[in-house]
Amino acid sequence: MDWLQLLGHAGLSAFQRLGRGNLFLFQVLLGFPDLIRRFHLVVVQLWSVGVRSLLLIMVAGTFVGMVMSLQGYNTLVDFGAEDSLGVLVALSLVRELGPVVSALLFAGRAGSALTAEIGLMKATEQLAGMEMMAVDPLRRIVAPRLLGGILAMPLLAALFSALGVIGGYFVGVGLLGVDDGAFWSQMQAKVDLNDDILNGVIKSVVFGLAVTWIAVFEGYDTVPTSEGVSRATTRTVVHSSLAVLGLDFVLTALMFNG
Amino acid sequence: MHNRTLEIGVGVFVALGLAALLMLAMKVSNLGALSADGGYELTARFDNIGGLKVRSPVTMAGVRIGRVSEISFDNETYEAVARFAIEPQYNRLPKDTSASIFTAGLLGEQYVGLEPGGEEAFLGADDEIRMTQSAVVLEQIIGQFLYSKASEGEDK
Repeated sequence: MDWLQLLGHAGLSAFQRLGRGNLFLFQVLLGFPDLIRRFHLVVVQLWSVGVRSLLLIMVAGTFVGMVMSLQGYNTLVDFGAEDSLGVLVALSLVRELGPVVSALLFAGRAGSALTAEIGLMKATEQLAGMEMMAVDPLRRIVAPRLLGGILAMPLLAALFSALGVIGGYFVGVGLLGVDDGAFWSQMQAKVDLNDDILNGVIKSVVFGLAVTWIAVFEGYDTVPTSEGVSRATTRTVVHSSLAVLGLDFVLTALMFNG
Repeated sequence: MHNRTLEIGVGVFVALGLAALLMLAMKVSNLGALSADGGYELTARFDNIGGLKVRSPVTMAGVRIGRVSEISFDNETYEAVARFAIEPQYNRLPKDTSASIFTAGLLGEQYVGLEPGGEEAFLGADDEIRMTQSAVVLEQIIGQFLYSKASEGEDK
């Protein structure tokens, strides 16, 4: 009987959180129109979630592309198909690795920071203070961060993919001796602007929303103690990574199944 | 000024991101190579198009001069109707040009090869290529080969 109650409690609180999260997102989205007039708030957030993640994303993208090139070459060369290396690298980066890996890195780099920042604001009662001054923290604090994350994510994913392709080019053409022209021409023949690149961008926008939403909600919903903030930060990274991977499967099934 | 460096940093970030998107669009995908506007379209009927797909290349003398833009099925004649988008600078294809479906390599993708004829008049927009040769379906050839071998055996 006891564990039945436990199960019920866990289920109820999970659904309550889910409901709170959705209401929270709705309220934050209501604050978006105001942001057009106060866009400098978003610019500051673009700096802290975007520019500061830049180095990590760029280095990661280059190395992922280089490794893909090395590994792909070993497989393709057995079939005499090493000219398709460009296709392999570009398609896997643009469709999957670019959006997914950069979203995972983004969750670790920017999402955790957002949760800790907002969580500490709550723990030190800055959010309550703002409410006392009739400033809505959802509009002043949360909305610019969410919009910043949504805007930054596709740019970061595009940079990741582009640098990955360049890294793959240097390893494939420079190191392994794949033909320069074949690398690009096969890639251009197979990669489609709408089917591949646009879908990749859509994916990264969705991931940006999911990761930042989870991050700001965990921060806003945290138990206002040091332990609560630390737990919320951990949960942000875990939940947003799981959400990215799960959403990726759903989106891939919807986009590339046809 | 801190605010200034911050804004410049964000500007650089956004510019880099957009440049990466542009590079993906122009260099990685087919947007740069595709200049379909201003071209003209031809149609051709095939008994069997095999694995030909929309966007497959249309070549002449091995050079790509266009792409397959549409594939449909004619319910009356039971033929496949393929439309080719030919780039505008290749506007001197003779009227009796013939079209065949080839395979790049043994198992590669299929493409349309055009063979010029000898007529003086040129094909214009929406003209039909009369002489066509269907795709070679590997299974059919193997089947025919086995069948002929079998019938040879019977004769003896």
